[in-house]
Amino acid sequence: MSFVPTPSIRVPDTPTILYCRCAYAQVVPTGVKNEVLGKLCESSTSFETVADLCEMAAHRDPRLQAIASCAKLRIAACYPRAVRGLFQQAGSPLPENAEILNMRTQTAGEVTEALLQSQI
Amino acid sequence: MITHTHRPLRVVLYEGTGCIALPTEARAKVMMTLLDKGYAVTRSGRGASAMPHDDCSLLVLGAFEGKAPALEDATGQITIDTRDITGLEPDAIISLVEKSRGDKPMNEPGKWKPWFPVIDYTRCTNCMQCLSFCLFDVYGVSEDNKIQVQNNDNCKTNCPACSRVCPEVAIMFPKYQGGPINGDEVNENEAKREKIKVDISSLLGGDIYSTLKDRSTAFKSRFSKERSADKALDERKKCLTKLVGDGFIPADVLASLPSTDEILKKAEAAKAKAAAALAAQ
Repeated sequence: MSFVPTPSIRVPDTPTILYCRCAYAQVVPTGVKNEVLGKLCESSTSFETVADLCEMAAHRDPRLQAIASCAKLRIAACYPRAVRGLFQQAGSPLPENAEILNMRTQTAGEVTEALLQSQI
Repeated sequence: MITHTHRPLRVVLYEGTGCIALPTEARAKVMMTLLDKGYAVTRSGRGASAMPHDDCSLLVLGAFEGKAPALEDATGQITIDTRDITGLEPDAIISLVEKSRGDKPMNEPGKWKPWFPVIDYTRCTNCMQCLSFCLFDVYGVSEDNKIQVQNNDNCKTNCPACSRVCPEVAIMFPKYQGGPINGDEVNENEAKREKIKVDISSLLGGDIYSTLKDRSTAFKSRFSKERSADKALDERKKCLTKLVGDGFIPADVLASLPSTDEILKKAEAAKAKAAAALAAQ
């Protein structure tokens, strides 16, 4: 069987959702990141998750280029200045319109609402 | 030190057409556990666009009711392994993923901390003070004479000292606890206080900040005003000792400083690099 490796239902013009687990240093509050992931799992939407964007940037992981190439992007991670810097330093600058939600300062409710806006 | 460079396996939790969706709690548990082990996981459900697949291998999990399809990438570039998870508990799913990965190496959280500086180029003025300050060759200069992080694996874990000497608060360490070093927005008043705490001029012995006002002459004056190499070295060490005393950097950074001769060589090399880059601007 031939396979086109994309989700079964691809909705044009909807943002790609990316969740960073910050698994390598735990600077994002555990309660917030667990609740955000839990809410994403409760929804029916497709989303991407990575163990740690810092780890990927440290190794110039080519997946960062794939992420940055998404036309519309919503990222749940940490401080937007840091997230943009990580992508830029790895040679894959984020598009201007990428939305970055900060799980270090925002509540899980705020982050989830922004991530799933117009998708539930 | 950054010693592991293996990319994690990408797991796709497929819950689209032809598959039974996992219960919500099980889905969350599987995803959390895989992420905490270092895997990248795609949940393929409804809505939202997918990230393009650049991976050379994917592990697709789905409740295919015993009929996991044999899939192959139409382009022939991606190896796709498909596994049926019908009726499996989360722990069994995790075991299945681990077994599928086999002995293929992968980075693992808990064994290493991604600690390195990230430059905010919207603030950086390319003054090269970080290049001059860092004794571990973390910084370098690009072909177009811009400061850049070139050897992030040389950075000492939990040492954000270079961020304290940056006059523009342009150096971030995303894994640091406090702002603005962690990437939090820069409050200009705080930024001024940061500058006062560690003044690079006390390390290099020159009136650096005033000369920075005139970028075109900065490179000429900064290093010519430097006092003797020994004096500069003493002051650099004094500054690092103070940062250790304040609990700002770990004590093992001092212990791992290069020898005096090496420091002097590094300082000379950094000085030459910075001067050349600034002169070329």
